[in-house]
Amino acid sequence: MFLTFPIMVIRVNPIEKIIEWRWNNLILVGAGSFLISMVWRYMIERKDYGTRKAEAGEKSDQPPLIQRVMKDKRIYTPFLIIVALFACIFPFVFSMYQTNILITALIYVMLGLGLNIVVGLAGLLDLGYVAFYAVGAYTYALLNYHFGLTFWMVLPIGAGMGTLFGILLGFPVLRLRGDYLAIVTLGFGEIIRLILENWNEFSFGPSGIAQISRPSFLGMDMSVHGAIIYMYYIMIALCLFTIFFVNRLQDSRIGRAWIALREDETACQAMGIDKAKTKLTAFALGATWAGMGGVLFAAKTTFVNPASFTIWESIIILCIVVLGGMGSIVGVIVGALILILLPEYLRAFSEYRMLAFGILLVITMVFRPGGIVSDVRRIYQFKGTAETKS
Amino acid sequence: MDYFLELFLGGLTRGSIYALIALGYTMVYGIIELINFAHGEIYMIGAFTALIVISVLTMMGMNTLAILVIAGVIAVIYSSAYGYTVEKIAYKPLRNAPRLSALISAIGMSLFLQNYVLLAQTSDFLPFPNLIPDFEFMEPYAHIIGSTDIVIVITTAIVMIILTFLIKFTRIGKAMRATSQDKTMAMLTGVDVDRVISVTFIVGSATAAIGGVLIASHVGMINFYVGFIAGIKAFVAAVLGGIGSIPGAVLGSFVLGWTESFATGYISSDYEDVFAFLILVFILIFRPAGILGRSERHRV
Repeated sequence: MFLTFPIMVIRVNPIEKIIEWRWNNLILVGAGSFLISMVWRYMIERKDYGTRKAEAGEKSDQPPLIQRVMKDKRIYTPFLIIVALFACIFPFVFSMYQTNILITALIYVMLGLGLNIVVGLAGLLDLGYVAFYAVGAYTYALLNYHFGLTFWMVLPIGAGMGTLFGILLGFPVLRLRGDYLAIVTLGFGEIIRLILENWNEFSFGPSGIAQISRPSFLGMDMSVHGAIIYMYYIMIALCLFTIFFVNRLQDSRIGRAWIALREDETACQAMGIDKAKTKLTAFALGATWAGMGGVLFAAKTTFVNPASFTIWESIIILCIVVLGGMGSIVGVIVGALILILLPEYLRAFSEYRMLAFGILLVITMVFRPGGIVSDVRRIYQFKGTAETKS
Repeated sequence: MDYFLELFLGGLTRGSIYALIALGYTMVYGIIELINFAHGEIYMIGAFTALIVISVLTMMGMNTLAILVIAGVIAVIYSSAYGYTVEKIAYKPLRNAPRLSALISAIGMSLFLQNYVLLAQTSDFLPFPNLIPDFEFMEPYAHIIGSTDIVIVITTAIVMIILTFLIKFTRIGKAMRATSQDKTMAMLTGVDVDRVISVTFIVGSATAAIGGVLIASHVGMINFYVGFIAGIKAFVAAVLGGIGSIPGAVLGSFVLGWTESFATGYISSDYEDVFAFLILVFILIFRPAGILGRSERHRV
């Protein structure tokens, strides 16, 4: 690990056109990398120690706090009620701005749960998830622009379009293994974005489509304020629906088939599961949710353009799923809330956001493949119990 | 005809550069079966290092050829060091983890390196000086092919030859081939697998750095994002030729280079990247193992 040390130090003396030596950076990076390498080594050692202990057959002394909370009805039910109450009164207690952020976060919760089906349950790495999101958003934007269709009419259409594209893309890539799939989906995401950007007659190019109508309540016209609150409740309802749906799905026949597929393809086929069909369902269902998320996104911002659908969006959603804990619903929700809300409140560090996401992905994978630290520890444990049950 | 020739040679140049990057992908994949997403970033770092060195040396007033050589060498050293480090941090702890974990870790690494350069340097396009002199004997053909292109193609050819030699005839090359066939068996026969993997990463990064320096002087500007697209395209090239196979990667790169060149020349330049991905999708549908790849068996 000390080998990185000299590299890092000499590395950061950036010269932009005019030479500019930033020696103080150098010292900082030097000290930083030294510290990090210490922590890193310590963590690796601890991890090794942990696995050795696990191999020796020692169980950890007692289940962590959160897991007990999840099991214990007496604590769990009131907790849920408090969360529900809080969610209900949120827009009246906090400002418009806060509500707006929460709506965004909830959209990401939905997207995360959708991607969770593909990545977490079925184990297919999809890097072009944002393509379906874009499809949904543009479906609403275009239908609204040309035919004046309303939000509620387009929501199922957007979802349907998502499914359609999911199947279209899923068909050729079904036979591929994980890594190829990742690249093809990534390429597909880029293709969709490039088409949206260049096909001016169809999608109005990079300038995008503005003035998309917000969802209306029984045909009533609402103020912006009212519309946002209404939007918020729609989001809550849809999220609940998604959670319910995914939860039921997870324990269903097809959900179990996905998990089996993730664990071992060959064994899974030997058990008589139709690999192609199962993968296609996962893909299509994931895309459906992305399509819905896209419609919601368009309705929320009232504006779409291709710049909202870059590859980084896919990666943020992936971060949510990975960080929260792949395959765990609570994990994904917590992950989405953390990853979307935290950067909003830490505006000052916004430029470091992607940097931090990158580090987080690596660290999560290395040290806690099931999701990360304190908050997410409960999900990790929770996931453990869920798996032993199924 | 001239136009055709120009596109053909342009494709050749592109192909050469893709080949330099694709080699790294293919070698790494051949040995640990992992797509090194950070590979494109390594290439970008190579280009950036070269740019920094060039700026410094130009200030000190050295002559251009010496600068080019020194910058190239330093870029290669740096990129190799980065390749080595990336492997140690992001992949080594995950050697026995499920594939998906390593893949996600690779994406994280790529994201990290990209933003690291973005923050440490700048998000603007930086002009990259063209240091390759115009050869006099090229004058009559200057409208078809520039001397930069010639240098790129020749350098690529030299690197290929060295690489082939390295893999076919040296001890470490033998160890690499053994490791790629069967890791456990190689370990049993006394091959230091960890070292072989490190060396693979170093060699792959070095070729990527050469590619980075060359393309930067060809295109004339770089920014932190160049690595990503180039990386993906090189990956497409590697898959096209059959991933894991070195001649395949080179062939695939040329095919991709020509396709892009002709497609942009005759159809439309807006959809340049779309063509690359379309080829990928078609190849994967009709011949998943690639042009030269062996079809793989799924082992239990």
